[in-house]
Amino acid sequence: MSRSSFLGWPVIRQFRSGDVTGRGRSVTSERTRAITSRTEEADTVAQSVCPYCAVGCGQLVYAKDNRVIQIEGDPDSPVSRGRLCPKGAASEQLVNQSGRLTRVLYRAPKGTEWQSLDLETAMDMIAERFLESRRRHWEDRDADGRPLRRTMGIASLGGATLDNEENYLIKKLFTAAGAIQIENQARI
Amino acid sequence: MANADCIVIQGSNMAECHPVGFQWVAEAKARGAKVIHVDPRFTRTTAVADKHVPIRAGSDIVLLGALINHVLSKGLHFEEYIRAFTNAGTIINDEYGEPEDLGGLFSGFDPETGAYDLASWSYASADGSGRPVPPGAPAAVDPTLTHPRCVFQILKRHFQRYTPELVADACGISGEDFAYLANAITENSGRERTTCFAYAVGWTQHTQGAQYIRTAAILQLLLGNVGRPGSGIMALRGHATIQGSTDIPTLFNLLPGYLPMPKAGTHDTLTDYLDAVGTKEQKSFWANTDAYLVSLLKAWWGDAATAENDYAYDYLPRLTGPHGTYQTLMSMLEDQVEGYFILGQNPAVGSANGRLQRLGMSHLKWLVVRDFSLIESATWWKDGPEIESGELRTEDIDTEVFVLPAANHTEKSGSFTQTQRMVQWRHQAVTPPGDCRSELQFFHELGRRLRARLAGSTDPRDRPLLDLTWDYPTDEHGEPDAESVLAEINGSHLSGEQAGQPLSAFTEMRADGTTSGGCWIYTGVYAGGENMAARRVPGQDQDEIASEWAWAWPANRRILYNRASADAEGRPWSERKKLMWWDAEAGRWQGPDVADFSVDRDPRAESAAGASGPAALGGTDAFIMQPDGRAWLFAPTGMIDGPLPTHYEAQESPVANPVYPQQQSPARIMFPRAGNMFAPSAGAPGAEVYPCVFTTYRLTEHHTAGGMSRWLPYLSELQPEMFCEVSPELAAERGLTPYGWATVISPRAAIEVRVLVTRRMTPLTIGGRTVHQIGLPYHWGVGGDAVVSGDSANDLIGITLDPNVQIQDSKTGSCDIIPGRRPRGTQREALVQEYLARAGVTTATDSTVITAPDVTAGTETPVDAGAPQKGDPAESGESHALRAEEDAGEHEPGGTASVDRFPAGGSEPGEPGPEAAAGKTIDADTPEAGGPDHDGPGPAGAGAGPEEDR
Repeated sequence: MSRSSFLGWPVIRQFRSGDVTGRGRSVTSERTRAITSRTEEADTVAQSVCPYCAVGCGQLVYAKDNRVIQIEGDPDSPVSRGRLCPKGAASEQLVNQSGRLTRVLYRAPKGTEWQSLDLETAMDMIAERFLESRRRHWEDRDADGRPLRRTMGIASLGGATLDNEENYLIKKLFTAAGAIQIENQARI
Repeated sequence: MANADCIVIQGSNMAECHPVGFQWVAEAKARGAKVIHVDPRFTRTTAVADKHVPIRAGSDIVLLGALINHVLSKGLHFEEYIRAFTNAGTIINDEYGEPEDLGGLFSGFDPETGAYDLASWSYASADGSGRPVPPGAPAAVDPTLTHPRCVFQILKRHFQRYTPELVADACGISGEDFAYLANAITENSGRERTTCFAYAVGWTQHTQGAQYIRTAAILQLLLGNVGRPGSGIMALRGHATIQGSTDIPTLFNLLPGYLPMPKAGTHDTLTDYLDAVGTKEQKSFWANTDAYLVSLLKAWWGDAATAENDYAYDYLPRLTGPHGTYQTLMSMLEDQVEGYFILGQNPAVGSANGRLQRLGMSHLKWLVVRDFSLIESATWWKDGPEIESGELRTEDIDTEVFVLPAANHTEKSGSFTQTQRMVQWRHQAVTPPGDCRSELQFFHELGRRLRARLAGSTDPRDRPLLDLTWDYPTDEHGEPDAESVLAEINGSHLSGEQAGQPLSAFTEMRADGTTSGGCWIYTGVYAGGENMAARRVPGQDQDEIASEWAWAWPANRRILYNRASADAEGRPWSERKKLMWWDAEAGRWQGPDVADFSVDRDPRAESAAGASGPAALGGTDAFIMQPDGRAWLFAPTGMIDGPLPTHYEAQESPVANPVYPQQQSPARIMFPRAGNMFAPSAGAPGAEVYPCVFTTYRLTEHHTAGGMSRWLPYLSELQPEMFCEVSPELAAERGLTPYGWATVISPRAAIEVRVLVTRRMTPLTIGGRTVHQIGLPYHWGVGGDAVVSGDSANDLIGITLDPNVQIQDSKTGSCDIIPGRRPRGTQREALVQEYLARAGVTTATDSTVITAPDVTAGTETPVDAGAPQKGDPAESGESHALRAEEDAGEHEPGGTASVDRFPAGGSEPGEPGPEAAAGKTIDADTPEAGGPDHDGPGPAGAGAGPEEDR
């Protein structure tokens, strides 16, 4: 409707549309009316959980073409009832931030810059170093002959931001390898 | 928490750090609850509380101890509750010596090792001889609570020193404020009402962190506030699955489900282990440790775990002391560690004493960092503070660094366990970009490669890797099926008609190799082959307990100790606080939650003579993980620095201990060395050089060391710059300009910060003089890749640990503050050294174990500069006591002691937790929460420590 028309006057528009308080449709622009929310365009919605603190707020992750396009609070969650704090509300940026690292980087001993490295090569190099360090610092028994069956050459830190299943595999693998210096944020 | 009538938040800024969880505090307040915030600062939490009680950081045991004294001396305790469920009447053996008589120490301290022998804290034998007996053995009990050596009388004597006058002098809290708090909690406790406490790492990150939580546990038990709606101690942990990473631990001292890692000399054989950890003589569910451990060994080593080889028990490596992250750091500095994996953590910024952390990494041969961005722990060799100062030269550093990009929470499936033990499944939304991989895939792949390289090895040390069950199905991207891992954690039947079917409860586990299960407390999460953690019946379609939303360990129980929500006869304490009750007609416990008790155990059942394990639990033994079924007001085991909490000052404190001649906790773990020295305490010469107390904390807009927030433009814009909070009085005294720069100097470092002058900081009068406190958020670090960077508060912090949980003292330290930016280059360290010289600080400063002049063993015993090994929880001899971890939380929360079945552990700050479902309902549990969190269950509390959660 043309703004110059009498019927386009704000007050008239407001009452004609039933938007009595003037905070709804009567004050939207053409542009606003033409756009839709990202969530409506999503191909999929996955039920998820916020990755920051331990309250465990429910999240709904909206994705399109294998890309996360929006993350919202899950109103069904009895913990959070749909709410998210600034971090949880910003978590779409955690996924899509421009500074995110997506390729392996490598720094050689005494090196001054990063180099790129193929993921497969990196995995092989890490496995090789793991076994060497494990061997060099292996302890079969203590001074009294009691079994130790461990290596002190390898340590690990992290787990509180990972998944339970991941922590399980980490503990399982390191323990089988004899590495005992395994820790996470819970100690800090 | 929403059901509480009074909520005391202490050691936490819940509105800031757990804002969405705080809605349940707001809801309780809307229903009429009183909310009190005890904190050094006026914060976002204080702003919506009914009352702010400012406190000197590090003096919480004085305040809580005085509340206990108030309750006991005025007879305000919940008599029927403590008689029914606690060890108030149990008599302690004749050897026990009290701090009142020993200059502030308990009996059993060995100044040579710096550790206690716990034997003299034991119960007295039921034979009336006064001899000590281990927990679980028949002990003498005085039902009248009048015997001078019964726990109730010992408590009264122990806390009589903790008076309102002492609170005023040591905490800086006025008599009026103390009376307000004391009246609020006692008026809101009893049959009809309940009070809830909430804490985070403000309690756990002290040399006595676990004892802070113990003090609160004692108070809550005396008031009957455990296991009931709106009661408990809520541990607010700080990471999405810091609870899960304590339950299924990436922690040195634990195996999954709070089973201790075996220790050389104590657990050399499977029999040794089970005798120490899971003796059949105790009442509790720990008597079935054999079934839990054998099922774990079967899950890991499958057919290679046989009765003949003790189920491959010898495949497990052994501990010889604490091997925590700070002990490991010391080993790094001595070139004893070659390789280090950093997985979603940022120790260069987030761990205490950042400079030593970075220097430690420069001693590694190789470092693997898995994260989303180039965090400071990946770039310290290039642009860290020590490069800028010239202390390290990039060209000289031999460390090889691999940075592998990680998949985030939307790019993989898996579960997180939140702070109330609830395991929630996340469904994968998209696949990860580029080289980004989940830890599941990374470790699965690493394991495959290690095994391939070792194939054919005849070396016995390689058998555990080669025999490991490691065949997880993968998708077309190589991602292992996380649900198959969850199924392994849950466990299954291995033989008989049900072979191959998932277990539905840990009570189905057997010690004969016929069941498997990777973490006994999680058994049931995959019952019937259904992923219970993925259940999503909307909250609005359920009652408050919401038992069909996800799954909580153990057994989907939402409120721990809920047997205590009914009286000795099984009747609700009141209609208003009804939760579980005994239905005599049906012969079972009824109520909206899963009973935390044998569901058909009559409340009047006597403890069966001759029975052992859970069958021996009587009808009022509500604390079913304790060897005697009682909540422990006095902890005969489980805590290695005292059976009761006693106030000591922090490692460095401008204040002399007003309670006892002993200045610091004698059992604390110290690492005196260059770079980790401490300001003189208690007015000793040089103390005036570092006159202020600093404390560290989080902001809503950032997350811990910033790896998940300082790379996000939204969050960085909201909180762009490192700052300090100071009072107008301190600003005037030091000439600090609002929004200008200031330099904060501790004995470890000098950092620069923007100045925020605010009345939120209150100068306190302690011991007749003014003590200024400085607040420092710790989210920033120095590097070149984040959207925002800045000096790190953790650089200021020294490393001294709580011996129970090996968590550092980072909530209170001594410092000075001056206007202007810090010096650059070598001048920065020169400033730190100039202060040290002026204060006369050496590695001996604050390193004295016993400061009381006339105590038993008496002599001053400086600790060697090496890494002390004392304090290994395992050394207490009680394996159970191993608790350690929180969190902030973490953890530790636990507590141990008393309350917790899983005593304390965690972390994290973790620590240590309760439940509450977020509030909703669940509050009551709390103690545990912490517990688990932080530590773990142990019978007595073992724990892991609190979390971390900073």
